[in-house]
Amino acid sequence: MSAPAPSVDRIVIVGASLAGLRAAETVRAEGFGGHLTLIGDEPHEPYDRPPLSKQVLTGWIPAGGTALPGRRPLDAQWRLGVAATGLDLERKEVALADGDRVPFDRVLIATGTRARRWPNPEEAALDGVLGVRRREDGAQLRERLAAGPRRVLVIGGGFAGSEIASACRELDLPVTLAEAGRAPLVNALGHAIGGVAAGIQRDHGVDLRCGVTVVSLESDPGGAVRGALLSDGDRVAADVVVVALGAVRNVEWLDGSGLAVGPRGVACDAGCRAFDANGVTTDDVFVAGDVARFPHPLYAYQLIALEHWDNAVAQAEVAAHNMVCPAPQRRPHLPVPAFWSTQFGVNIKSVGIPSFSDSLMVTQGSMAERRFVAAFGYRGRITAAVAFDEGKWLDFYDERIREAAPFPPRFAVSHRPGEDRTFPAEFPDPYTPSHSPTVQLTGHQPSERRALRLPAAQ
Amino acid sequence: MRIVVDLNRCQGYAQCCFLAPDVFRMQGEEALVYLPNPEDDHAAEVRRAAVACPVQAILVEGPGLVEGPVSAA
Repeated sequence: MSAPAPSVDRIVIVGASLAGLRAAETVRAEGFGGHLTLIGDEPHEPYDRPPLSKQVLTGWIPAGGTALPGRRPLDAQWRLGVAATGLDLERKEVALADGDRVPFDRVLIATGTRARRWPNPEEAALDGVLGVRRREDGAQLRERLAAGPRRVLVIGGGFAGSEIASACRELDLPVTLAEAGRAPLVNALGHAIGGVAAGIQRDHGVDLRCGVTVVSLESDPGGAVRGALLSDGDRVAADVVVVALGAVRNVEWLDGSGLAVGPRGVACDAGCRAFDANGVTTDDVFVAGDVARFPHPLYAYQLIALEHWDNAVAQAEVAAHNMVCPAPQRRPHLPVPAFWSTQFGVNIKSVGIPSFSDSLMVTQGSMAERRFVAAFGYRGRITAAVAFDEGKWLDFYDERIREAAPFPPRFAVSHRPGEDRTFPAEFPDPYTPSHSPTVQLTGHQPSERRALRLPAAQ
Repeated sequence: MRIVVDLNRCQGYAQCCFLAPDVFRMQGEEALVYLPNPEDDHAAEVRRAAVACPVQAILVEGPGLVEGPVSAA
């Protein structure tokens, strides 16, 4: 009795990076024979970003040498080097920066994130102040590092900042890392494991400053950065400053679209269909990758956004399938999140969401030896695991997370005797008030009630 | 040529490092690093490495995705 599926002849994918590419391949693999367009604001074919903070900085590979392989021929129209500037759901068109408008039957939003810039524009414009997100950023930073700066200051001790500090040490460059939290990696992995990361960094010669922020950047008369003033009053002399303060979601082009858009991303259902500003699911607008917020049943149905490589791939595949299949065949996106980072010769891997936890237990190996697996628990079940140079065990924990196995774990653990093995999780509260969109409810009659999203205050 | 390794899936067996040592390397105990766009004369060894990977984490592709020069639309 289901209504016939509306014909889908034109699919537009906005965002030509990992998620956009894999989505395009998937709609073709599933037999979509209509018109396929990929729109990307960068003038490059899809490329892989993780090497930009690692092998590119040490000079092993050029910044331009990370183009992604395709899985199949695409037969697509590529609109590269031109940003999308608007989404018109009434006319079903994507507006482009060059004035063109691209009509669609189904559209996928995969515009990802960009590096958060240093908040002071004049300081951000100083010569020697860099970020790392795009290929050009990687090329510029590599050039600076190869020139042998006297000291590099990295602002922010997340994964990107820590990897950049690692590359500096590999090049034998003096590096200072300033992290506002008590330890590096603390937002992703919590204080206990962040403490291990801090020890690794210091042993590798990083001048690690935790619990401090950078108050201002200082320049010479020629407009080149010379150093920074820290919140504890100390000064750091540095001729290269890398801003690694996390990512900002590329959602501004969706202002006025009527979708549920905010600084945390574009909200969607588990089938990757975007919510409109009222929280009602749309039929023709899909979201995938870093820019998507989706409800996850394992994590209390909270809307989560994952800036993970594998999530970009997996969510793109589900979104693409759901864009072209009949409604009863739609699939949910139900990943066990996973990521990796290589820094200071240590392979850090994670499954689940470590911050969704109240405590953790070292189940294998030893934090003191910096080779271990830690399981994270929330109200009596396992929600995540993190491994330092013990990645091979994580499939086991992936299964325990999926089956909501009890925490503390009932399987045998092999931690070193005499060491603490359980810790409070201690994650910083991510819910800073600045992060929610402001919405008003309008209309007097119940049937007229709508949500109106207010423009972000600048 | 173009390759990408799913490093979530990679378990550091290092078969690729033995079969294509110019393209794949271990860094530390178990982290893999690799050349994403190696020269085409490595094609045979890279394909052997992809086939030999115990967890099939290596995706290999020959030519580019976009036909013709990439430019602003």
